[in-house]
Amino acid sequence: MLTLAGRLRRGLEKTRKKMSAVIDVAVGRGLFDDAAAEQIEEALIEADIGPEIALRLVEDVREWVRSAGGGVTAETVREKIEMDIAEILRGSGSGRSEEIPPNGNHSSEQPRVTILVGVNGSGKTTTAAKLAAQAAARGSRVLLGAADTFRAAAIDQLRVWAERIGCEFVAQDQGADPAAVAFDAVQAGKSRGCDEVFIDTAGRLHTQTNLMAELEKVIRVLGKIKPPDHCFLTLDATTGRNGLQQITTFSRSLPVDGLIVTKLDGSARAGVVVEAVERLKIPVRYVGVGETVEDLMPFDPEAFARELVRTE
Amino acid sequence: MFETLTERLNKTFRNLAGFGKLNEENIQPALREIRVALLEADVHFRVVKSFLENVKKRALGSEVLESVTPADQFVKVVRDELARTLGAEEPPPELRKNPAGPTRILLCGLQGAGKTTAAAKLAHLLGKSALVALDLKRPGAVEQLRVMAEKVQATFLPPADPSDVRLSARKALEEGRAFEHLIFDTAGRLQIDEELMEELVEVAGIVKPDEIVLVLDAMTGQEALNVAETFHKRVPLTALMLTKTDGDARGGAALSIRHVTGIPIKWIGTGERPDAIESFHPERFADRILGMGDVVSLVERAERLTDTKKVESLTKRMLRDGLDLELFLEQMREMRKMGPLTELLSLLPGGGNLAPMAAGSEEELKRFESMILSMTPRERRHPDIIDHSRKRRIARGSGVRTEEVSRMLKQFRKVRGMLGAFTGGKKGNGILRQFFS
Ligand SMILES: Nc1nc2c(ncn2[C@@H]2O[C@H](COP(=O)(O)OP(=O)(O)O)[C@@H](O)[C@H]2O)c(=O)[nH]1
Ligand SMILES: Nc1nc2c(ncn2[C@@H]2O[C@H](COP(=O)(O)OP(=O)(O)O)[C@@H](O)[C@H]2O)c(=O)[nH]1
Ligand SMILES: [Mg+2]
Ligand SMILES: [Mg+2]
Repeated sequence: MLTLAGRLRRGLEKTRKKMSAVIDVAVGRGLFDDAAAEQIEEALIEADIGPEIALRLVEDVREWVRSAGGGVTAETVREKIEMDIAEILRGSGSGRSEEIPPNGNHSSEQPRVTILVGVNGSGKTTTAAKLAAQAAARGSRVLLGAADTFRAAAIDQLRVWAERIGCEFVAQDQGADPAAVAFDAVQAGKSRGCDEVFIDTAGRLHTQTNLMAELEKVIRVLGKIKPPDHCFLTLDATTGRNGLQQITTFSRSLPVDGLIVTKLDGSARAGVVVEAVERLKIPVRYVGVGETVEDLMPFDPEAFARELVRTE
Repeated sequence: MFETLTERLNKTFRNLAGFGKLNEENIQPALREIRVALLEADVHFRVVKSFLENVKKRALGSEVLESVTPADQFVKVVRDELARTLGAEEPPPELRKNPAGPTRILLCGLQGAGKTTAAAKLAHLLGKSALVALDLKRPGAVEQLRVMAEKVQATFLPPADPSDVRLSARKALEEGRAFEHLIFDTAGRLQIDEELMEELVEVAGIVKPDEIVLVLDAMTGQEALNVAETFHKRVPLTALMLTKTDGDARGGAALSIRHVTGIPIKWIGTGERPDAIESFHPERFADRILGMGDVVSLVERAERLTDTKKVESLTKRMLRDGLDLELFLEQMREMRKMGPLTELLSLLPGGGNLAPMAAGSEEELKRFESMILSMTPRERRHPDIIDHSRKRRIARGSGVRTEEVSRMLKQFRKVRGMLGAFTGGKKGNGILRQFFS
């Protein structure tokens, strides 16, 4: 059985080899010429970092090589790019710490309420289950609330997870008002003495304004009982440039205080978060690396950047 | 505000003397613009390279037309080349039918791509189908397919053994002999997951599908090509279905995959409901990738749903006189008839930004209506004169609170501002103006 980090690495292996090999070849001549720059730029683009940031990162390297007066090796170029990426990611407050700093809404009043939002199929339900399972494993009393009342069998999916975890579960019928379910869940969490409530919501594309308004209402209604302590947006690691739109729009409508990058065990590298984090200053909190409840790790900017660029 | 690709290209050409002929030199800045547009649309960088080579060849060889600007001409070359790559010159791909016995369709793809939903959509589209549940992994997946099958009135074939995918596939083949279509839903899998890929190969060996469909999320980035190529190597894909195209993802993955593997894109998913499936149109999709808006769809939908003459005349009036409250109200009434306005607007380049403003509810529309009807004609035409005492009078007349009048006016101003940018101002050359003048 692979460790979590191992699983993450397996997924990233291909990229790492590719990008690293590109850098080896590109800088192999000990020069950082146009051809080397172009090759590295392309490798960054292939990681979904986007043409703009890719160009900037490469230009920074060029500048740095110039001021260092040559003597460039593949290793130093790798390090430089890695550091630059990590710095962008850290800039938003993404960090290694297990404990997520509370947002402005946080109060010591129990339970702590976390709501998961995101586009369709991005991993909200699975991530809610992972967070719940990990909190339960730490000894917390946990409740899962099924506020995805739209997708067929979404409630069943979450119920199965709740049963496996052995935690509290609150749901209403398919088609019920998600705000009412969320409210119920928090109320039940309170009365049952829960420490943590995780609320799953239906997937929606950020362009669906009526559905975005529905989520705003969920947050508003929760405010009457307890404003959510966290609103996490899940982003599928395979998402390309559209990720930027997703993160922008969701965070404009909702108090998003963290990103969770899911499916990083695949071969995609989620480079789009670099630009999103830089522009919107929303920290990445966790990464998902598989389909079981263990497969969730706190986000580590250095590791993320390293895995993106480096060979062992 | 947004700037369409055409506008950006216009700029790159504007600086050039000797308007008219495309040459090696003057085409470079334009090629760079296209490169960025394609990369931002998630077209794979290697595909972008070879695509631009083709474009260059064609652009340089193309006839110089008197009537168009170099920018227009260049855009046309790019669009044509995109559409061609996407299959415009071939007959629309058809379902590969099995003349003897049920046509077997196997769906595969990454986790969360939309396979289960696609299964129901295909059943809805094709009719006389049975849906076979072979995702025995994700909690609730079988139940999801059962519910979806019910919605589209297809027969649901549950797994014979919930712990054995291969056996369940075999049993379903026996059981489903009488159906015209057998549609197999499978678990999501990463293309680098050797064990699950092997399972897929075996299932394909058992089912012997007529169609193996890769279901791919339109939002997928650069990795899409690798995903498709790897699946294709293991099981010979016969079709691509691109899902979630109802969002604002450009869907460049379609171009990459088609360009490299030649797999035809047969369907697109346009929503969560089982009837949200459409056949693929290369030309429209070319515009989408370029960020030029799915203009054809927009026009078609508008034609289908509303009195276009009316909208046209309203829009013309608006372009001529600017937006006032009378027009605002009429527009709202008219647009509501077209169905979800937000959906329509999102098809236009930059329209996504406008959409939230116009997404009023029926109820809101009624309140707006009564407020606007309580105004004097002059107030309607010159909303900026409405001060506090006028607001109070309007509120009293329409039975709302004063704040609501303020809110309505605020929203009106927002829309007016947005529209200004959208139409390029009174003398501008925005997209709406291009279409309605
Ligand atoms: N490989 C992998 N699959 C994941 C991960 N997170 C979620 N999934 C899968 O992605 C699919 C969609 O997840 P789900 O939680 O239902 O998404 P939702 O629609 O956003 O609620 C399911 O098949 C999950 O098992 C992850 O980190 N890695
Ligand atoms: N907006 C939109 N959502 C879709 C579309 N197709 C599927 N979905 C949604 O995407 C999510 C994942 O779909 P599902 O069929 O469960 O994916 P699977 O894991 O590949 O079987 C669900 O929330 C679906 O409702 C589409 O074309 N448009
Ligand atoms: Mg879900
Ligand atoms: Mg499924």
